Amino acid sequence: MSRAALLVLADGRFPAGGHAHSGGAEAAVKAGRVTGAASLEDFCRGRLHTAGRVAAALAAAAVLGVDPVELDAAADARTPSPALRTAARKLGRQLTRAARATWPSDELDALAREFPKGAHQPVVLGLTARAAGLGAVDAAYCAAYESVSGPASATVRLLSLDPFEATGVLARLAPELDRVADRAVEDARCVVDEGADALPAASAPLLEIGAEVHAGWGVRLFAS
Amino acid sequence: MGADTARRVDGVTEAVAVAGVRATARILARDDGRGGTSLPVLEGDGPLALRRTRGSGDEARVMLVGAMSGPLGGDHFTVQAAVEAGARLRVGSAAATIALPGQAKGESRYDVRLTVADGGELHWLPEQLISARGSDLYATTRVDLGATSRLVLREEQVLGRAGEDPGRLTSRLVLRVGGRTVLDQELACGPGAPGGWDGPAVLAGHRAVGQLVVVRPEFAAEPVAARVLGEGAAVVPLAGPAALVTAVAADGLRLRRVLDEALGRLR
Repeated sequence: MSRAALLVLADGRFPAGGHAHSGGAEAAVKAGRVTGAASLEDFCRGRLHTAGRVAAALAAAAVLGVDPVELDAAADARTPSPALRTAARKLGRQLTRAARATWPSDELDALAREFPKGAHQPVVLGLTARAAGLGAVDAAYCAAYESVSGPASATVRLLSLDPFEATGVLARLAPELDRVADRAVEDARCVVDEGADALPAASAPLLEIGAEVHAGWGVRLFAS
Repeated sequence: MGADTARRVDGVTEAVAVAGVRATARILARDDGRGGTSLPVLEGDGPLALRRTRGSGDEARVMLVGAMSGPLGGDHFTVQAAVEAGARLRVGSAAATIALPGQAKGESRYDVRLTVADGGELHWLPEQLISARGSDLYATTRVDLGATSRLVLREEQVLGRAGEDPGRLTSRLVLRVGGRTVLDQELACGPGAPGGWDGPAVLAGHRAVGQLVVVRPEFAAEPVAARVLGEGAAVVPLAGPAALVTAVAADGLRLRRVLDEALGRLR
Protein backbone atom coordinates (compact mmCIF):
# COMPACT_ATOMS: atom_id res chain seq x y z
CA MET A 1 0.00 0.00 0.00
CA SER A 2 0.97 3.60 -0.40
CA ARG A 3 0.54 5.68 2.74
CA ALA A 4 0.53 8.80 0.55
CA ALA A 5 -2.83 7.67 -0.84
CA LEU A 6 -4.25 8.52 2.59
CA LEU A 7 -3.14 12.13 2.13
CA VAL A 8 -4.86 12.27 -1.24
CA LEU A 9 -8.09 10.85 0.18
CA ALA A 10 -8.11 12.96 3.35
CA ASP A 11 -7.18 16.18 1.58
CA GLY A 12 -9.95 18.76 1.84
CA ARG A 13 -9.36 19.49 -1.85
CA PHE A 14 -10.23 15.93 -2.86
CA PRO A 15 -13.20 16.61 -5.17
CA ALA A 16 -15.91 14.78 -3.23
CA GLY A 17 -18.17 17.70 -2.34
CA GLY A 18 -17.62 17.75 1.40
CA HIS A 19 -17.06 21.51 1.47
CA ALA A 20 -20.77 22.11 0.78
CA HIS A 21 -21.78 20.51 4.09
CA SER A 22 -21.33 21.91 7.59
CA GLY A 23 -21.91 18.71 9.57
CA GLY A 24 -24.64 20.36 11.58
CA ALA A 25 -22.58 23.45 12.41
CA GLU A 26 -24.82 25.85 10.47
CA ALA A 27 -27.90 24.82 12.47
CA ALA A 28 -25.96 24.97 15.74
CA VAL A 29 -24.59 28.44 14.95
CA LYS A 30 -28.04 29.75 14.02
CA ALA A 31 -29.50 28.33 17.26
CA GLY A 32 -26.78 30.11 19.22
CA ARG A 33 -25.25 26.87 20.46
CA VAL A 34 -21.93 27.46 18.68
CA THR A 35 -20.60 30.98 19.20
CA GLY A 36 -16.80 30.69 19.15
CA ALA A 37 -13.81 28.40 19.40
CA ALA A 38 -14.75 26.88 22.79
CA SER A 39 -18.28 25.89 21.84
CA LEU A 40 -17.04 24.74 18.42
CA GLU A 41 -14.62 22.42 20.19
CA ASP A 42 -17.41 21.03 22.35
CA PHE A 43 -19.60 20.60 19.28
CA CYS A 44 -16.85 18.78 17.39
CA ARG A 45 -16.05 16.58 20.39
CA GLY A 46 -19.70 15.53 20.68
CA ARG A 47 -19.95 14.87 16.94
CA LEU A 48 -16.69 12.90 16.94
CA HIS A 49 -17.89 10.51 19.65
CA THR A 50 -21.32 9.98 18.06
CA ALA A 51 -21.70 10.38 14.29
CA GLY A 52 -17.91 10.29 13.85
CA ARG A 53 -17.51 7.06 15.78
CA VAL A 54 -20.28 5.36 13.81
CA ALA A 55 -18.91 6.64 10.48
CA ALA A 56 -15.41 5.45 11.37
CA ALA A 57 -16.64 1.97 12.25
CA LEU A 58 -18.70 1.75 9.04
CA ALA A 59 -15.72 2.82 6.92
CA ALA A 60 -13.36 0.40 8.69
CA ALA A 61 -15.83 -2.47 8.30
CA ALA A 62 -16.13 -1.76 4.57
CA VAL A 63 -12.35 -1.95 4.25
CA LEU A 64 -12.41 -5.32 6.02
CA GLY A 65 -14.76 -6.63 3.33
CA VAL A 66 -18.13 -6.54 5.11
CA ASP A 67 -21.02 -6.46 2.60
CA PRO A 68 -21.63 -2.78 1.74
CA VAL A 69 -25.37 -3.39 1.34
CA GLU A 70 -25.54 -4.63 4.92
CA LEU A 71 -23.46 -1.68 6.12
CA ASP A 72 -25.63 0.78 4.23
CA ALA A 73 -28.77 -0.59 5.90
CA ALA A 74 -27.04 -0.33 9.29
CA ALA A 75 -26.17 3.30 8.50
CA ASP A 76 -29.84 3.99 7.72
CA ALA A 77 -30.90 2.54 11.08
CA ARG A 78 -28.34 4.78 12.81
CA THR A 79 -29.47 7.89 10.94
CA PRO A 80 -33.08 8.61 11.87
CA SER A 81 -33.10 12.09 10.30
CA PRO A 82 -34.14 11.82 6.62
CA ALA A 83 -32.26 15.08 5.95
CA LEU A 84 -29.06 13.41 7.19
CA ARG A 85 -29.75 10.20 5.25
CA THR A 86 -30.17 12.26 2.08
CA ALA A 87 -27.00 14.24 2.78
CA ALA A 88 -25.03 11.05 3.47
CA ARG A 89 -26.19 9.51 0.19
CA LYS A 90 -25.44 12.66 -1.82
CA LEU A 91 -21.96 12.77 -0.36
CA GLY A 92 -21.64 9.04 -1.01
CA ARG A 93 -22.54 9.48 -4.66
CA GLN A 94 -20.09 12.33 -5.13
CA LEU A 95 -17.34 10.34 -3.45
CA THR A 96 -18.14 7.31 -5.62
CA ARG A 97 -17.61 9.41 -8.76
CA ALA A 98 -14.36 10.89 -7.54
CA ALA A 99 -13.09 7.56 -6.25
CA ARG A 100 -13.87 5.62 -9.44
CA ALA A 101 -11.93 8.20 -11.43
CA THR A 102 -9.03 8.16 -8.98
CA TRP A 103 -8.73 4.50 -7.95
CA PRO A 104 -10.74 2.43 -10.49
CA SER A 105 -12.06 -0.76 -8.93
CA ASP A 106 -14.68 -3.43 -9.65
CA GLU A 107 -16.05 -3.03 -6.13
CA LEU A 108 -16.69 0.67 -6.59
CA ASP A 109 -18.33 -0.04 -9.97
CA ALA A 110 -20.59 -2.61 -8.32
CA LEU A 111 -21.43 -0.17 -5.52
CA ALA A 112 -22.38 2.51 -8.06
CA ARG A 113 -24.71 0.01 -9.78
CA GLU A 114 -26.27 -1.12 -6.50
CA PHE A 115 -26.83 2.44 -5.24
CA PRO A 116 -27.52 4.77 -8.19
CA LYS A 117 -28.59 7.49 -5.73
CA GLY A 118 -25.53 6.92 -3.62
CA ALA A 119 -24.67 4.74 -0.63
CA HIS A 120 -23.97 6.25 2.79
CA GLN A 121 -20.72 8.20 2.51
CA PRO A 122 -18.74 6.27 5.18
CA VAL A 123 -19.44 2.99 3.37
CA VAL A 124 -18.17 4.48 0.11
CA LEU A 125 -15.20 5.91 1.97
CA GLY A 126 -14.30 2.44 3.20
CA LEU A 127 -14.51 0.92 -0.27
CA THR A 128 -12.48 3.84 -1.64
CA ALA A 129 -9.77 3.25 0.94
CA ARG A 130 -9.80 -0.42 -0.05
CA ALA A 131 -9.43 0.49 -3.73
CA ALA A 132 -6.57 2.83 -2.84
CA GLY A 133 -4.79 0.00 -1.05
CA LEU A 134 -5.30 1.54 2.38
CA GLY A 135 -6.20 -0.28 5.59
CA ALA A 136 -9.14 -0.21 7.98
CA VAL A 137 -7.42 2.13 10.39
CA ASP A 138 -6.73 4.62 7.57
CA ALA A 139 -10.39 4.70 6.60
CA ALA A 140 -11.38 5.08 10.25
CA TYR A 141 -9.03 8.05 10.63
CA CYS A 142 -10.43 9.63 7.48
CA ALA A 143 -14.04 9.28 8.64
CA ALA A 144 -13.32 10.44 12.18
CA TYR A 145 -11.34 13.44 10.93
CA GLU A 146 -14.02 14.42 8.43
CA SER A 147 -16.59 14.36 11.26
CA VAL A 148 -14.81 17.31 12.88
CA SER A 149 -12.94 19.05 10.06
CA GLY A 150 -16.18 19.77 8.18
CA PRO A 151 -17.87 21.65 11.06
CA ALA A 152 -14.60 23.43 11.92
CA SER A 153 -14.05 24.87 8.45
CA ALA A 154 -17.76 25.66 8.06
CA THR A 155 -17.69 27.61 11.32
CA VAL A 156 -14.81 29.72 10.01
CA ARG A 157 -17.19 30.90 7.30
CA LEU A 158 -20.34 31.05 9.44
CA LEU A 159 -18.88 33.03 12.33
CA SER A 160 -15.88 34.59 10.61
CA LEU A 161 -13.92 32.61 13.18
CA ASP A 162 -10.15 33.01 13.05
CA PRO A 163 -8.91 30.01 10.97
CA PHE A 164 -6.00 29.61 13.39
CA GLU A 165 -8.50 29.08 16.20
CA ALA A 166 -10.45 26.52 14.19
CA THR A 167 -7.26 24.62 13.39
CA GLY A 168 -6.33 24.75 17.07
CA VAL A 169 -9.63 23.06 17.89
CA LEU A 170 -8.80 20.20 15.50
CA ALA A 171 -5.30 19.85 16.93
CA ARG A 172 -6.64 19.62 20.48
CA LEU A 173 -9.03 16.87 19.40
CA ALA A 174 -6.21 14.78 17.91
CA PRO A 175 -5.71 12.44 20.89
CA GLU A 176 -9.44 11.69 20.93
CA LEU A 177 -9.39 11.11 17.17
CA ASP A 178 -6.70 8.49 17.75
CA ARG A 179 -8.88 6.70 20.29
CA VAL A 180 -12.00 6.86 18.14
CA ALA A 181 -10.13 5.49 15.11
CA ASP A 182 -8.58 2.63 17.11
CA ARG A 183 -11.89 1.72 18.66
CA ALA A 184 -13.62 1.85 15.28
CA VAL A 185 -11.21 -0.77 13.97
CA GLU A 186 -11.95 -2.99 16.98
CA ASP A 187 -15.68 -2.52 16.35
CA ALA A 188 -15.20 -3.31 12.66
CA ARG A 189 -13.42 -6.56 13.50
CA CYS A 190 -16.43 -7.51 15.66
CA VAL A 191 -18.69 -6.75 12.71
CA VAL A 192 -16.71 -9.20 10.56
CA ASP A 193 -17.47 -11.93 13.12
CA GLU A 194 -20.91 -10.92 14.40
CA GLY A 195 -22.57 -8.89 11.65
CA ALA A 196 -23.65 -5.26 11.40
CA ASP A 197 -25.52 -5.26 14.71
CA ALA A 198 -22.10 -5.08 16.36
CA LEU A 199 -21.56 -1.60 14.91
CA PRO A 200 -21.65 1.23 17.43
CA ALA A 201 -24.89 3.24 17.44
CA ALA A 202 -23.82 6.39 19.29
CA SER A 203 -26.35 9.12 18.61
CA ALA A 204 -26.60 12.87 19.11
CA PRO A 205 -30.20 14.10 19.49
CA LEU A 206 -29.42 17.73 18.64
CA LEU A 207 -27.58 16.78 15.44
CA GLU A 208 -30.67 14.85 14.34
CA ILE A 209 -33.16 17.55 15.35
CA GLY A 210 -30.92 20.36 14.07
CA ALA A 211 -30.63 18.67 10.66
CA GLU A 212 -34.41 18.68 10.30
CA VAL A 213 -34.64 22.32 11.42
CA HIS A 214 -31.91 23.20 8.90
CA ALA A 215 -33.59 21.30 6.05
CA GLY A 216 -36.68 23.48 6.50
CA TRP A 217 -34.89 26.77 5.89
CA GLY A 218 -35.49 28.60 2.62
CA VAL A 219 -31.98 30.03 2.48
CA ARG A 220 -28.84 28.41 3.80
CA LEU A 221 -25.14 28.54 3.21
CA PHE A 222 -24.52 24.79 3.47
CA ALA A 223 -26.43 21.77 2.17
CA SER A 224 -26.50 20.15 5.62
CA MET B 1 -9.01 -7.31 39.04
CA GLY B 2 -7.65 -6.36 42.47
CA ALA B 3 -11.09 -5.33 43.68
CA ASP B 4 -12.63 -8.61 42.51
CA THR B 5 -10.10 -10.65 44.42
CA ALA B 6 -10.69 -8.59 47.56
CA ARG B 7 -14.42 -9.16 47.27
CA ARG B 8 -14.00 -12.90 47.00
CA VAL B 9 -11.74 -12.96 50.03
CA ASP B 10 -14.18 -10.88 52.04
CA GLY B 11 -16.71 -13.65 52.16
CA VAL B 12 -20.30 -14.48 51.56
CA THR B 13 -22.19 -11.47 52.89
CA GLU B 14 -20.38 -8.97 50.79
CA ALA B 15 -20.45 -11.23 47.78
CA VAL B 16 -24.27 -11.17 47.93
CA ALA B 17 -24.35 -7.39 48.24
CA VAL B 18 -21.84 -6.96 45.46
CA ALA B 19 -23.78 -9.19 43.09
CA GLY B 20 -26.82 -6.88 43.20
CA VAL B 21 -30.41 -7.90 42.62
CA ARG B 22 -31.49 -9.90 39.60
CA ALA B 23 -35.13 -9.60 38.72
CA THR B 24 -37.25 -10.52 35.74
CA ALA B 25 -40.82 -9.70 34.82
CA ARG B 26 -42.69 -11.47 32.03
CA ILE B 27 -45.88 -10.66 30.19
CA LEU B 28 -47.54 -12.72 27.50
CA ALA B 29 -50.58 -11.30 25.75
CA ARG B 30 -52.85 -13.57 23.70
CA ASP B 31 -55.95 -13.10 21.61
CA ASP B 32 -58.62 -14.80 23.74
CA GLY B 33 -60.80 -15.61 20.74
CA ARG B 34 -63.73 -13.63 22.18
CA GLY B 35 -62.68 -10.19 21.04
CA GLY B 36 -60.36 -9.58 23.97
CA THR B 37 -56.79 -10.12 25.11
CA SER B 38 -55.83 -12.57 27.86
CA LEU B 39 -52.60 -12.61 29.82
CA PRO B 40 -51.55 -16.25 30.27
CA VAL B 41 -48.24 -15.08 31.71
CA LEU B 42 -48.02 -12.15 34.11
CA GLU B 43 -45.20 -12.63 36.56
CA GLY B 44 -42.71 -10.35 38.21
CA ASP B 45 -40.35 -10.87 41.11
CA GLY B 46 -38.58 -8.70 43.66
CA PRO B 47 -38.54 -5.10 42.54
CA LEU B 48 -40.58 -5.77 39.41
CA ALA B 49 -44.24 -6.35 40.21
CA LEU B 50 -46.98 -6.40 37.60
CA ARG B 51 -50.67 -5.59 38.03
CA ARG B 52 -53.41 -6.09 35.50
CA THR B 53 -55.65 -3.05 35.40
CA ARG B 54 -58.98 -2.44 33.70
CA GLY B 55 -58.56 -2.56 29.95
CA SER B 56 -60.66 -1.01 27.28
CA GLY B 57 -62.24 -2.84 24.37
CA ASP B 58 -60.03 -5.68 23.15
CA GLU B 59 -56.94 -4.31 24.88
CA ALA B 60 -55.35 -5.69 28.07
CA ARG B 61 -53.61 -3.23 30.37
CA VAL B 62 -50.72 -3.89 32.68
CA MET B 63 -49.07 -1.61 35.20
CA LEU B 64 -45.45 -2.09 36.16
CA VAL B 65 -45.21 -1.35 39.87
CA GLY B 66 -41.82 -0.70 41.43
CA ALA B 67 -41.87 -2.70 44.66
CA MET B 68 -38.37 -1.59 45.66
CA SER B 69 -36.18 1.33 44.67
CA GLY B 70 -33.67 0.87 41.95
CA PRO B 71 -32.02 -0.29 39.91
CA LEU B 72 -29.07 0.25 42.23
CA GLY B 73 -25.45 -0.34 41.24
CA GLY B 74 -24.94 -3.98 40.26
CA ASP B 75 -28.66 -4.74 39.85
CA HIS B 76 -29.85 -6.38 36.66
CA PHE B 77 -33.53 -6.02 35.81
CA THR B 78 -35.17 -7.58 32.78
CA VAL B 79 -38.69 -7.03 31.52
CA GLN B 80 -40.00 -9.22 28.72
CA ALA B 81 -43.30 -8.74 26.98
CA ALA B 82 -44.59 -10.79 24.09
CA VAL B 83 -47.74 -9.96 22.18
CA GLU B 84 -49.15 -12.76 20.07
CA ALA B 85 -50.97 -12.40 16.77
CA GLY B 86 -54.18 -10.40 17.12
CA ALA B 87 -53.59 -9.46 20.78
CA ARG B 88 -53.45 -5.89 22.07
CA LEU B 89 -51.48 -4.87 25.12
CA ARG B 90 -50.86 -1.55 26.84
CA VAL B 91 -48.16 -1.33 29.49
CA GLY B 92 -47.49 1.63 31.76
CA SER B 93 -45.66 2.10 35.03
CA ALA B 94 -46.92 3.45 38.32
CA ALA B 95 -43.95 5.75 38.91
CA ALA B 96 -40.66 6.88 37.45
CA THR B 97 -37.75 4.46 37.58
CA ILE B 98 -34.80 5.97 39.43
CA ALA B 99 -31.31 4.66 38.80
CA LEU B 100 -29.41 5.04 42.08
CA PRO B 101 -25.90 4.32 43.23
CA GLY B 102 -25.60 1.12 45.25
CA GLN B 103 -23.13 -0.67 47.46
CA ALA B 104 -22.13 -2.83 44.55
CA LYS B 105 -19.54 -1.37 42.24
CA GLY B 106 -20.08 -1.25 38.55
CA GLU B 107 -23.01 -0.58 36.33
CA SER B 108 -26.54 -1.73 36.74
CA ARG B 109 -28.59 -2.97 33.83
CA TYR B 110 -32.17 -2.61 32.80
CA ASP B 111 -33.11 -4.66 29.75
CA VAL B 112 -36.47 -4.52 28.05
CA ARG B 113 -37.29 -7.14 25.43
CA LEU B 114 -40.47 -6.71 23.45
CA THR B 115 -41.86 -8.86 20.68
CA VAL B 116 -45.06 -8.29 18.80
CA ALA B 117 -46.30 -10.89 16.31
CA ASP B 118 -48.01 -10.00 13.02
CA GLY B 119 -51.34 -8.36 13.66
CA GLY B 120 -50.51 -7.70 17.33
CA GLU B 121 -50.35 -4.26 18.91
CA LEU B 122 -48.31 -2.97 21.82
CA HIS B 123 -48.39 0.37 23.57
CA TRP B 124 -45.32 0.60 25.78
CA LEU B 125 -45.60 3.80 27.76
CA PRO B 126 -43.59 3.69 30.98
CA GLU B 127 -42.83 6.70 33.14
CA GLN B 128 -39.44 8.42 32.99
CA LEU B 129 -36.11 6.88 33.77
CA ILE B 130 -34.27 9.23 36.12
CA SER B 131 -30.51 9.02 36.42
CA ALA B 132 -29.60 10.05 39.97
CA ARG B 133 -26.18 11.35 40.93
CA GLY B 134 -23.59 8.62 41.31
CA SER B 135 -25.66 5.99 39.51
CA ASP B 136 -24.35 4.02 36.54
CA LEU B 137 -26.96 2.36 34.38
CA TYR B 138 -26.90 0.65 31.00
CA ALA B 139 -30.46 0.40 29.74
CA THR B 140 -31.41 -1.43 26.58
CA THR B 141 -34.73 -1.76 24.81
CA ARG B 142 -34.95 -4.24 21.97
CA VAL B 143 -38.17 -4.50 20.05
CA ASP B 144 -38.93 -7.15 17.44
CA LEU B 145 -42.02 -6.61 15.34
CA GLY B 146 -43.65 -8.59 12.57
CA ALA B 147 -44.24 -6.86 9.25
CA THR B 148 -47.87 -6.09 10.20
CA SER B 149 -47.43 -5.41 13.92
CA ARG B 150 -48.26 -2.06 15.48
CA LEU B 151 -46.34 -0.25 18.17
CA VAL B 152 -46.34 2.93 20.20
CA LEU B 153 -43.28 3.16 22.43
CA ARG B 154 -42.10 6.03 24.57
CA GLU B 155 -38.79 6.35 26.35
CA GLU B 156 -37.81 9.34 28.47
CA GLN B 157 -34.57 9.91 30.28
CA VAL B 158 -34.19 12.61 32.90
CA LEU B 159 -30.66 13.52 33.92
CA GLY B 160 -30.69 13.97 37.67
CA ARG B 161 -33.54 14.67 40.08
CA ALA B 162 -34.44 18.36 40.53
CA GLY B 163 -31.25 20.40 40.75
CA GLU B 164 -29.07 17.29 40.90
CA ASP B 165 -26.16 16.29 38.66
CA PRO B 166 -26.89 13.16 36.65
CA GLY B 167 -25.28 9.79 37.06
CA ARG B 168 -23.90 7.90 34.11
CA LEU B 169 -26.59 6.64 31.79
CA THR B 170 -26.25 4.79 28.53
CA SER B 171 -29.42 3.77 26.78
CA ARG B 172 -29.78 1.81 23.58
CA LEU B 173 -32.92 1.41 21.55
CA VAL B 174 -33.08 -1.17 18.78
CA LEU B 175 -36.17 -1.64 16.65
CA ARG B 176 -36.61 -4.46 14.17
CA VAL B 177 -39.55 -4.74 11.83
CA GLY B 178 -39.97 -7.94 9.82
CA GLY B 179 -36.39 -8.97 10.67
CA ARG B 180 -34.88 -5.68 9.46
CA THR B 181 -33.25 -3.24 11.86
CA VAL B 182 -35.05 0.04 11.34
CA LEU B 183 -33.58 1.98 14.25
CA ASP B 184 -30.47 1.48 16.35
CA GLN B 185 -29.47 4.33 18.62
CA GLU B 186 -27.45 4.66 21.76
CA LEU B 187 -27.16 7.76 23.90
CA ALA B 188 -24.45 8.03 26.54
CA CYS B 189 -24.43 10.84 29.07
CA GLY B 190 -23.24 11.78 32.51
CA PRO B 191 -19.82 11.55 34.16
CA GLY B 192 -17.54 9.14 32.29
CA ALA B 193 -19.53 9.29 29.05
CA PRO B 194 -17.55 10.17 25.90
CA GLY B 195 -16.78 13.90 25.69
CA GLY B 196 -19.18 16.43 24.30
CA TRP B 197 -22.36 14.68 25.53
CA ASP B 198 -23.58 17.89 27.14
CA GLY B 199 -22.27 20.10 24.35
CA PRO B 200 -23.99 21.76 21.38
CA ALA B 201 -24.05 18.64 19.19
CA VAL B 202 -25.68 16.28 21.68
CA LEU B 203 -27.72 17.70 24.60
CA ALA B 204 -26.52 21.30 25.07
CA GLY B 205 -27.52 21.47 28.71
CA HIS B 206 -30.98 19.93 28.27
CA ARG B 207 -31.78 17.66 31.17
CA ALA B 208 -34.49 15.55 29.58
CA VAL B 209 -34.35 13.57 26.35
CA GLY B 210 -36.95 11.28 24.89
CA GLN B 211 -38.04 9.20 21.96
CA LEU B 212 -41.40 8.15 20.72
CA VAL B 213 -41.60 5.36 18.17
CA VAL B 214 -44.76 4.64 16.24
CA VAL B 215 -44.86 1.65 13.89
CA ARG B 216 -47.79 1.00 11.57
CA PRO B 217 -47.84 -1.18 8.45
CA GLU B 218 -49.49 1.65 6.49
CA PHE B 219 -46.40 3.84 7.02
CA ALA B 220 -44.64 1.61 4.43
CA ALA B 221 -46.74 3.10 1.63
CA GLU B 222 -47.39 6.46 3.26
CA PRO B 223 -44.55 7.52 5.54
CA VAL B 224 -45.09 10.45 7.88
CA ALA B 225 -43.73 13.78 6.65
CA ALA B 226 -40.69 15.05 8.53
CA ARG B 227 -41.71 17.90 10.79
CA VAL B 228 -40.00 20.10 13.33
CA LEU B 229 -41.79 20.72 16.64
CA GLY B 230 -40.06 23.82 17.98
CA GLU B 231 -36.28 23.99 18.41
CA GLY B 232 -36.05 20.83 20.49
CA ALA B 233 -38.03 18.13 18.72
CA ALA B 234 -38.63 16.59 15.33
CA VAL B 235 -40.87 13.90 13.86
CA VAL B 236 -39.12 11.87 11.19
CA PRO B 237 -39.94 8.89 8.97
CA LEU B 238 -37.47 6.04 9.51
CA ALA B 239 -36.19 3.78 6.73
CA GLY B 240 -39.08 1.38 7.34
CA PRO B 241 -42.78 1.55 8.32
CA ALA B 242 -42.04 3.65 11.39
CA ALA B 243 -41.99 7.21 12.66
CA LEU B 244 -39.68 8.53 15.34
CA VAL B 245 -40.01 11.61 17.50
CA THR B 246 -36.77 12.76 19.09
CA ALA B 247 -37.03 15.51 21.69
CA VAL B 248 -34.84 17.32 24.19
CA ALA B 249 -36.22 19.60 26.90
CA ALA B 250 -35.20 21.44 30.04
CA ASP B 251 -37.00 18.93 32.28
CA GLY B 252 -39.21 15.86 32.28
CA LEU B 253 -42.46 17.79 32.40
CA ARG B 254 -41.70 19.83 29.30
CA LEU B 255 -40.43 16.73 27.54
CA ARG B 256 -43.70 14.89 28.21
CA ARG B 257 -45.66 17.83 26.86
CA VAL B 258 -43.73 17.75 23.57
CA LEU B 259 -44.02 13.98 23.18
CA ASP B 260 -47.75 14.02 23.98
CA GLU B 261 -48.29 16.71 21.40
CA ALA B 262 -46.32 14.74 18.83
CA LEU B 263 -48.28 11.58 19.55
CA GLY B 264 -51.52 13.51 19.16
CA ARG B 265 -50.43 14.63 15.71
CA LEU B 266 -49.53 11.09 14.68
CA ARG B 267 -52.96 9.69 15.52
